[in-house]
Amino acid sequence: MEPNIVIEARDLTKNYNGRPAVDHLTFRIREGEIFGFLGPNGAGKTTTLLMMLGLTEPSGGTVRVLGMDPAREPIRVKREIGYLQENMGFYRDLTGRQSLQFIADLNGITGDEADKRIEEALEEVGLTAEAEKKVGAYSRGMRQRLGFAEILVKAPKIAFLDEPTLGLDPEATGRMMDLIRDLCTRRNMTVMLSSHLLHQAQRICHRLGIMIHGRMVAEGTMEKLAAEKLGVGQEQYSLEEIYMKYFKES
Amino acid sequence: MSGFRAILKKELADHFSSYRFLILFALIAMVSLITAYMVGINVSRELEGTARPKFIFLLLFTASGVGFSLVQFVAFFGPLIGLILGFDTINRERNEGTLSKLLSQPIYRDAVINAKFTAGVIVIALILVSIVLVISAFGLMILGVVPGVEEVLRIFIYLVISIIYVSLWLGVAILFSILFRSVSTSALAALSIWIFFTFFISIGAGAVAGALVPDAGKNNPEALIKSVQIQNAITLASPIELYNDSTATIIDPMRRTTRKLLQMGALEQLSMARFSGPLPLGQSVLIVWPYMVFLIAITVICFAISYTVFMRQEIRSL
Ligand SMILES: Nc1ncnc2c1ncn2[C@@H]1O[C@H](COP(=O)(O)OP(=O)(O)O)[C@@H](O)[C@H]1O
Ligand SMILES: [Mg+2]
Repeated sequence: MEPNIVIEARDLTKNYNGRPAVDHLTFRIREGEIFGFLGPNGAGKTTTLLMMLGLTEPSGGTVRVLGMDPAREPIRVKREIGYLQENMGFYRDLTGRQSLQFIADLNGITGDEADKRIEEALEEVGLTAEAEKKVGAYSRGMRQRLGFAEILVKAPKIAFLDEPTLGLDPEATGRMMDLIRDLCTRRNMTVMLSSHLLHQAQRICHRLGIMIHGRMVAEGTMEKLAAEKLGVGQEQYSLEEIYMKYFKES
Repeated sequence: MSGFRAILKKELADHFSSYRFLILFALIAMVSLITAYMVGINVSRELEGTARPKFIFLLLFTASGVGFSLVQFVAFFGPLIGLILGFDTINRERNEGTLSKLLSQPIYRDAVINAKFTAGVIVIALILVSIVLVISAFGLMILGVVPGVEEVLRIFIYLVISIIYVSLWLGVAILFSILFRSVSTSALAALSIWIFFTFFISIGAGAVAGALVPDAGKNNPEALIKSVQIQNAITLASPIELYNDSTATIIDPMRRTTRKLLQMGALEQLSMARFSGPLPLGQSVLIVWPYMVFLIAITVICFAISYTVFMRQEIRSL
């Protein structure tokens, strides 16, 4: 593996009931980059992330995270990855601060170090004033920010953000994206951000991968993608056409 | 290890702040108080003027107050405590999307089950110990009797068996919470299995024995013995039966059984010494030991199934 490649997938495949949800996916993610993992609903983004986390076993192919196989060393891999799940769940009876404390406990971060990280994370996502409120009383946007703060407390090398702006209005979406870009850049985190919102993601991502029906149809910078024709099955499309055809309805 | 401790801490906090625990605790406290009071009054009235029998302190637990004794209450209601505490352990987290958050942290999956089970056992122990303390305090106050060393030991063993017994049901409930995604389904399944073992296994055993040995009757003693043996063997598969038999031996050493020798459980037959006098503690323990092992074995089997299923289950937020 090249020195600055942190994630490498080769022919990664997952079948559900004999049908591929992820189909021979091959890609590499470099250290420090924000990679936009784009695709309409059902494209296989979440499944891919779960395989990289060791929460789902691949049906075929390989994936390496920091050189480790998530299926064989799940604990070590999970130590290095912060995962913001899609439709993330919270313990509604815990306060924001208690939620972060629980994450710190689970990661073996204790004492002053934990307090410091929690304080910082609350500050960075702008939840300091709401820290003592129960999560059950949080708005959707606040929960999303709390979920991101959980990653900041863990301070991993890699962050998987699965649809981090799901259900937010356009303005909140923009702010969330900026927050992700600023904080991940500052902490030099490598980010894999999945989204079905092409235009939002392109703002903050260094590189994009477009996934349709379990296959990566294109990968590269926005300029590169916009310039070339992309093959989906037998057809050739421009990025704009792909957007119109696959992303518009969602 | 940090995962186990973190989850245990959180689970305990959850239990102690939940209405479920408060209601359960209030209900049990109420029942024990009333029972202890009634038993205390009855026993002290009966004993007026007569010499104090042996093991008078244990009577507090085995004499019936308001239609049932405390031991009977725990035998009947104990399984429900375990089931109520555990039926939504895993599936609730799955449905609320917190399970995948938990499992994306660097912790082993079995730490989740272990910590939740341990928290439940601590709660169970707390409930049962408080029942015993309440009764004992009442006994001291109303009867003015101080328990002897042997009585204390017997009560202690009774507590240990009861904690294992209720924890077994907790294990069953946790298993169901893994097998069934829907909380109400697992509650229903847990309830069904409790009803089955509480009410139907003896009926079922009678039916099976009747079918296998149809000519059992007064004038066919051999067949009758066989029929009863079959019934005993079947009911022995019920944890409730195991528990009842073993606690009776421990905490009710003077018990005069009304059942015919033929109809007695294996344990009672073994502890025939009871008819002549109380069974010594050492022998009681010896008799009860295999039954405890059996109760623990059932719990371990539940766990083994829970582990295998849970380890292989796919974790998704939805
Ligand atoms: N547990 C499962 N059983 C069967 N099919 C599944 C399961 N999980 C996901 N799928 C299917 O896999 C495909 C990819 O899903 P997913 O990875 O969630 O897509 P995305 O995150 O891009 O919206 C979908 O067609 C979905 O129906
Ligand atoms: Mg998804």
